[in-house]
Amino acid sequence: MITCYIEAIGSIFTQFIASVGRLFLFFASGVGQVFTLSFQTNKILDHIWFIGAKSIFVILLTGLFTGMVLGLQGYYTLVTFGSEAALGTAVSLTLIRELGPVLTAIMITARAGSAMAAEIGVMRMSEQIDALVTMQIDPVRFVFTPRILAAVLSFPLLTALFDMVGIFGGYLSGSLLLGINEAVYMDRVIHSVKMADIWGGFFKSIVFAFVVTTICCYRGYYSHVNRQGKFGAKGVSLATTNAVVQSCVIVLICDYVITSFLV
Amino acid sequence: MTTPPFIEFKDLKKKFGDLEVLKGVNLSITRGQVTVVIGKSGTGKSVLLKHIVGLIHQDSGRLLIQGEPLDRLSQEKARQFKKKTSYMFQDNALFDFLTVYENIALPLVETSKIADAALQLKVHARMKQLGIEDIDNKYPSELSGGMRKRVALARALVTDPEVILFDEPTTGLDPIRKKNVHTMIKEHQKKFGFTAVIVSHDIPQIFDLAQHIALLDAGIILFEGSGEELLHSEIPEVQAFIQGKDSTKHG
Repeated sequence: MITCYIEAIGSIFTQFIASVGRLFLFFASGVGQVFTLSFQTNKILDHIWFIGAKSIFVILLTGLFTGMVLGLQGYYTLVTFGSEAALGTAVSLTLIRELGPVLTAIMITARAGSAMAAEIGVMRMSEQIDALVTMQIDPVRFVFTPRILAAVLSFPLLTALFDMVGIFGGYLSGSLLLGINEAVYMDRVIHSVKMADIWGGFFKSIVFAFVVTTICCYRGYYSHVNRQGKFGAKGVSLATTNAVVQSCVIVLICDYVITSFLV
Repeated sequence: MTTPPFIEFKDLKKKFGDLEVLKGVNLSITRGQVTVVIGKSGTGKSVLLKHIVGLIHQDSGRLLIQGEPLDRLSQEKARQFKKKTSYMFQDNALFDFLTVYENIALPLVETSKIADAALQLKVHARMKQLGIEDIDNKYPSELSGGMRKRVALARALVTDPEVILFDEPTTGLDPIRKKNVHTMIKEHQKKFGFTAVIVSHDIPQIFDLAQHIALLDAGIILFEGSGEELLHSEIPEVQAFIQGKDSTKHG
């Protein structure tokens, strides 16, 4: 009986180690091939369109309402101390240092990351990945490398957009609705944000681009390998769910780790 | 000294979990010939084929390419062999997000530095040969089963391979389309002289195409020879297979 438990724990542990090893090799192989010849310009542009351009609307919406709610909550918290003039500082630093990169990464995971996992998962299940192997085309280079390059370019730009729209949202709720002086709000934004805050936010967004793209592509690529033994449509659905959940969790963990080094 | 066979399986074994699919396969494939592997569904014919392109690796035994083990070939030699080999999948494995033209052109676009004009010429020539002109911009999902097979065949032929592996190329086709595919393979094999390995269930139609037939049963090659020899074989399992009887019931 005890041997069975030990065996089961051992099996889960070895599977976990094997999975981490595969993930690392997948990442190294995909990133390593960024520097190989015949740059995949058209594919990279396609993915920038899909990951970046097509996410603009959802980033605008979430950025605006995040900023507005920060303005609202911030105002009612600060007003109790008589420091509502610091609203610009609170909104801008919260967005640029934390919420901008994190929420952008989570929104892109939901919109583009899930699609990456599902698309590559379907390619795996319908033998399209195998077809690439038989044609002497490196499947990791074909499905992962252009996506990671596109993500590394798109994530910081979308984060910047999120931050800008969020600060504007804070202005809408703080100044236009609740009556904080507009000049004070903008003055606080301009004078409290340092270049180091912006670089820190961009650094996070680049790390998140690697995390999200690697996990989502990896999950899709290995959708036929899972502990539950699910194949076909079930395998793809499990891969997509795992990709989104794991990406979000690891983004939050990475955010904490990076912040603890940056502050 | 005799020349070694082009491709040779020697006591090749493969297990999936507890299920031993290949239990020691011995089979020789001659260069420039059409070899057909027949056998009941689920006996490991596709598994056998996938070993040649490296999609599956054997547990034991050897797969020899011109006398040299494939897994011990130098990287360059293995790459050269695989580059000259095409694989036509049972379900075609066409890229559903690419058009017909892009699907056929893909192996050339990704693995060579062919100029656009030459690429167009080559792809269109193959499309014309297979009677699928004027569908360049259609997606695989917009095509009939027969058309998809022909697109897959065009993709397999576009690199001028020396070896083509066909995994049940006629599954799901009506008898007329089946005959067309067989004729197509036969004509192209004659014209280009490639080595073909075909996994098929189409008995007796496939006899017209096959120069060498191997019957895979219970994980081993039970019979090797010509179509004529197969028909007159005295092995009970072979006769049962030809007559469509379940040999397991006869003990």
